[in-house]
Amino acid sequence: MPEISYSEAIRQAMWQEMKRDERVFLMGEDIGRYGGAFGVSHGMLDEFGPERIRETPISEPSFVGAGIGAALLGMRPIVEIMFMDFTLLTLDQIANQAAKMHYMFGGKATVPLVIRMPGGSGTGAAAQHSQSLETLLMHIPGLKVAVPSTPYDAKGMLLSAIRDPNPVAFVEHKLLYKTKGEVPEGDYTVPLGVADIKRKGKDLTIVTSGIMVMKSLAVANRLAGEGIDVEVLDVRSLRPLDNDAIIASVTKTGKLLVVHEACQTAGWAGEIMAVVSGSSAFDYLDAPMRRLAGTDTPIPYSRGLERAAVPQEEDIEREIRAILKGKY
Amino acid sequence: MPKVKNEETFTDKIARLGLSNETLIDMLRTMYLIRQFEYMADRLYALGKVHGTMHLSAGQEAVAVGISKCMKKEDYLINTHRGHGHFIAKGADINLMMAEFLGKENGYCKGRGGSMHIADFTTHNLGANGIVGGGIPHSLGVGLAIQMMKLGDAMAVTMFGDGASNEGTFHETMNMAALWKLPALYICENNKYGMSMDVARATAKLPIAQRAEAYGIPWYVVDGNDLLLVYETGKKAAEYIRAGNGPVLIETQTYRYFGHSKSDRNLYRSKEEIEDWREHKDPIKRFRTQLVDAKIITDEAADQLDKEALKINEDAVAFAEASPDPDPSTVTEYVYA
Repeated sequence: MPEISYSEAIRQAMWQEMKRDERVFLMGEDIGRYGGAFGVSHGMLDEFGPERIRETPISEPSFVGAGIGAALLGMRPIVEIMFMDFTLLTLDQIANQAAKMHYMFGGKATVPLVIRMPGGSGTGAAAQHSQSLETLLMHIPGLKVAVPSTPYDAKGMLLSAIRDPNPVAFVEHKLLYKTKGEVPEGDYTVPLGVADIKRKGKDLTIVTSGIMVMKSLAVANRLAGEGIDVEVLDVRSLRPLDNDAIIASVTKTGKLLVVHEACQTAGWAGEIMAVVSGSSAFDYLDAPMRRLAGTDTPIPYSRGLERAAVPQEEDIEREIRAILKGKY
Repeated sequence: MPKVKNEETFTDKIARLGLSNETLIDMLRTMYLIRQFEYMADRLYALGKVHGTMHLSAGQEAVAVGISKCMKKEDYLINTHRGHGHFIAKGADINLMMAEFLGKENGYCKGRGGSMHIADFTTHNLGANGIVGGGIPHSLGVGLAIQMMKLGDAMAVTMFGDGASNEGTFHETMNMAALWKLPALYICENNKYGMSMDVARATAKLPIAQRAEAYGIPWYVVDGNDLLLVYETGKKAAEYIRAGNGPVLIETQTYRYFGHSKSDRNLYRSKEEIEDWREHKDPIKRFRTQLVDAKIITDEAADQLDKEALKINEDAVAFAEASPDPDPSTVTEYVYA
């Protein structure tokens, strides 16, 4: 299987689906000649032309709204928001419009819209270009939230998202764009709402997503040398959330650490813990559930500060050891 | 900018517009139907039969009827929160509307939407919107879909109020619609108030429609209570749009008789002002008088249209009241398709 990068996997999904289905088109800022702020749509303008690689002015609320209108008529628009932070400009269209139409129109409208958004820190882009806002999005009924961590998942989940009749927020962590992995060249899908065990283990479950999957795996592999066997469960979708997979894993290991880059307070780790504590898995817990999240701060600029604001491998390792030792 | 002249006689005008007596009477009938629906809604609320809120358009019927007459059934309607009239004018089933208004399972949206979110995709009514300015950008996607899926000469018709013209989405949408030459007709229903805010206090430069100038979009300002003027302007705009020239903005100046919503006590305007509009500028009275004077309809026949409109609405209430409420156990249905 060819090894390609995460951003190539996303491009491949869009490319192949646009070849397969003429209803699919891409819309957003600087996605044409520039190739998108992160180069994800590089080359697509030449292949598909300006009508289907439609560059927009800097008008996020209205080009997301445009996606909704096209979706209502049966097209399959993909809208790229240059930075996830700018999603905040578009929340009316996402939350009040796209996510509610199927329900408030009694099931008559469908909004098959994909909104792609690069999120996360690590690029020195500071407070307004580095956020992880997926918790806000998963709080909106009617919206699906995908947070793929590998090139394989990115392609398969994007194909699922484009074919899904619901609006899907598709969160791409910027630091993942250059990561590589094996990706089938042909058509395949990874369903939304299905978690994936990225590393099997028996001593402790880490529930995580996105870039934190990579960090958790690195730590887990290191600790394996000491005989500590950590299971890394990648949620892959935050909504729908694969509760069964979380419950099953915690039932097996009896210990839970949730790791996410987003700010801690009211972050989605709390939701995972609520799922576990309200389930049969609670009886299997033999240690307090713990969460490791971003600091409750804006993302700072300076390198050391930025690093301190989000969980690092050493933080994950420290938490795992604390849970296993019962010392917090 | 183009100005519409309105100096010819009524008879000359209908001849020039090619409107048959039958069509003219049908337009009066539809205005009555809307007016009676709004009155009925108000009565139902007074009787305590309405659970939620509503935004009534009595006084604005000429905009709904005039514009809908320029629309083909393939055209798409993007509606506002004050959208009953537009929906009725586009041919909605009054029974299903009333059922939705009363929150019934067999209403247009199965009781999930209510007055503010009536939609019927089979007739290309893409739904009324509770967010001021929230629906305006949907017209971009509808316009793009019409272009890209080659849906003939259909157009997207977007209704919004004077208040919405101060939302960013209005300006963003005007710009993109013009850039992409979209088949889109924008109708600003300026009913003088955004809730309680007088348009003159909310808008730095009037008329609202002149804002289109900045985007290179043809624009018109018309008396929105003059049915045939609204129709004529809409028709001209529709021809321009269908020929592939891009969007048009029409500001229709009109007035709502009822408050903004059910909580409105009309503290921001005088009784005299409301009475003046009702007495001297009412779109139905005006059109009816024109038709009677031109001997197209008799007073008795016009009264009969009004009575029939009332009857249709009374029957719709009976239909709605006999309809089942949604089963509370279905509350989580329709979240996802």
